[in-house]
Amino acid sequence: MTSLTQKQFAWLKASLFAIALLPFLRLVVATFTDQLGANPVEFITRNTGDWTLYLLCIALAVTPMRKLSGWTWLAKLRRMVGLFVFFYALLHFITFLWFDHGFDAIAMLADVIKRPFITVGFVAFLLLVAMAATSTNAIIKRMGAKNWQRLHRSVYVVAALGILHFWWMKAAKNDFEQPLLFGAIVAALLLMRVVWYCAAKAKKNAAATLSSSSTR
Amino acid sequence: MLIKHSANGIDLPYGSEITPREVFESRRSFIKKIAAGSIASTALLEMASREAFAQTPGAQKLAAKLNPAYGTVEKRTAFKDATTYNNFYEFGTDKSDPAQTAGSLRPRPWTVTIEGEIKKPMVLDIDALLKLAPLEERIYRLRCVEGWSMVIPWVGYSMAELIRKVEPTGNAKFVEFTTLADKSQMPGLRSPVLQWPYTEGLRLDEAMHPLTLIGLGMYGEVLPNQNGAPVRIVVPWKYGFKSAKSIVKIRFVSEQPKTAWNISAPSEYGFYSNVNPEVDHPRWSQASERRIGEDGLFTKKRKTLMFNGYNDVASLYKGMDLKKFY
Repeated sequence: MTSLTQKQFAWLKASLFAIALLPFLRLVVATFTDQLGANPVEFITRNTGDWTLYLLCIALAVTPMRKLSGWTWLAKLRRMVGLFVFFYALLHFITFLWFDHGFDAIAMLADVIKRPFITVGFVAFLLLVAMAATSTNAIIKRMGAKNWQRLHRSVYVVAALGILHFWWMKAAKNDFEQPLLFGAIVAALLLMRVVWYCAAKAKKNAAATLSSSSTR
Repeated sequence: MLIKHSANGIDLPYGSEITPREVFESRRSFIKKIAAGSIASTALLEMASREAFAQTPGAQKLAAKLNPAYGTVEKRTAFKDATTYNNFYEFGTDKSDPAQTAGSLRPRPWTVTIEGEIKKPMVLDIDALLKLAPLEERIYRLRCVEGWSMVIPWVGYSMAELIRKVEPTGNAKFVEFTTLADKSQMPGLRSPVLQWPYTEGLRLDEAMHPLTLIGLGMYGEVLPNQNGAPVRIVVPWKYGFKSAKSIVKIRFVSEQPKTAWNISAPSEYGFYSNVNPEVDHPRWSQASERRIGEDGLFTKKRKTLMFNGYNDVASLYKGMDLKKFY
């Protein structure tokens, strides 16, 4: 598993693509077979929101998994997972704009401004739009790796806002179990990065002192 | 079991000769037909048969004559929707939870303690409650604070009937309702979402208003567990959470009682909680609503009416600023 042939990787990627599409296909099938329950809009809103968060957690888990397993090819799947995060966030947003506001953009924006939990969700969505729009190789080249990376680090902001959005929504019903779970997962994934960052820095410092002392 | 259930439950009396249950049955058989012909037949069949509804085993009919004063031309919500889409946190916070878990509730034997500022405190069992006044069927709109609504044919009688029997003293200004809180029957109590037991309250004049109903059944049957069996309160001009379910205690008090949602989030859920399109919930607008089973994905939401359309009650709030007393 440490290294895959090109063919194996292509198969893996295609299967993951298909799997990530399943929740969407399920929604489509359920819509046309009247299986969305008593309140279809609520069902779709929650389902697309949930999947945005699931995939966001998976996207944030790619780097830790790569480091822990040594499977470098995992990094090459990250963009696709990120784009699926955007895809489900987009469906979530469209549900809000279409089914809640009947494509009345003014009413939708009024809602965004008036209600903080929607405001943070909307900001997170705009960041995802920016990341999705700059996800092609050509644009990465044009932006320069440094700038591109700076922009795409906003995924951490998206994670924080996304969980706050969910937290605030659930706060209306005093029900924090799920937001807490997502919060804990994301916190763990971020904490691993902090630990690695600190360890790398300490190593670098140690190497620097070592090399400076040896040249003396 | 489903088939047994429909055999004794489908022939509803009086005003309850409604199609939704049949529509639901036919939809279910339709699913089964599709399922039988498909590759994934076993999985789908299992899904269709697993769907729980009407937790009360062998639901009992509850005959009642429609009170025409409380009828409506509006389409009634399908029995299936009204019994599978519930907010009853004692059985879980998901709206599909109560239909699946409320089977553990034992609605019989059941007693309701009536106490406080009254001349005749009493403990009534469910049979006594059923006989306390003639049962009538009333079709009420139910507006949830979450922005959806239903139309439900309840069976019961005005709470005023009960209040007159217990003779409130001059000190009685409010009525407090307490829901059962028994961990062995209600799995949702394990999570501290709300302060248990669930309590709700009304001003005495609100409780005395003829619209305020002691609910003992719906759709011509005794209340399903997930809808607040065996006895609940129905206050159609207030948001749904004011209508306490599975009541074990009714207390008459001189001070405004503390109520569950008000304790949990006072800025979001007031004591009055009258349906009011002009007073938004902080997280969402209350100007419009989605009627369950009617307003589909592509339908525009309908406008919410002041007092849920029950304008009779306006006189109860004369001179009150309803933005302040939300």
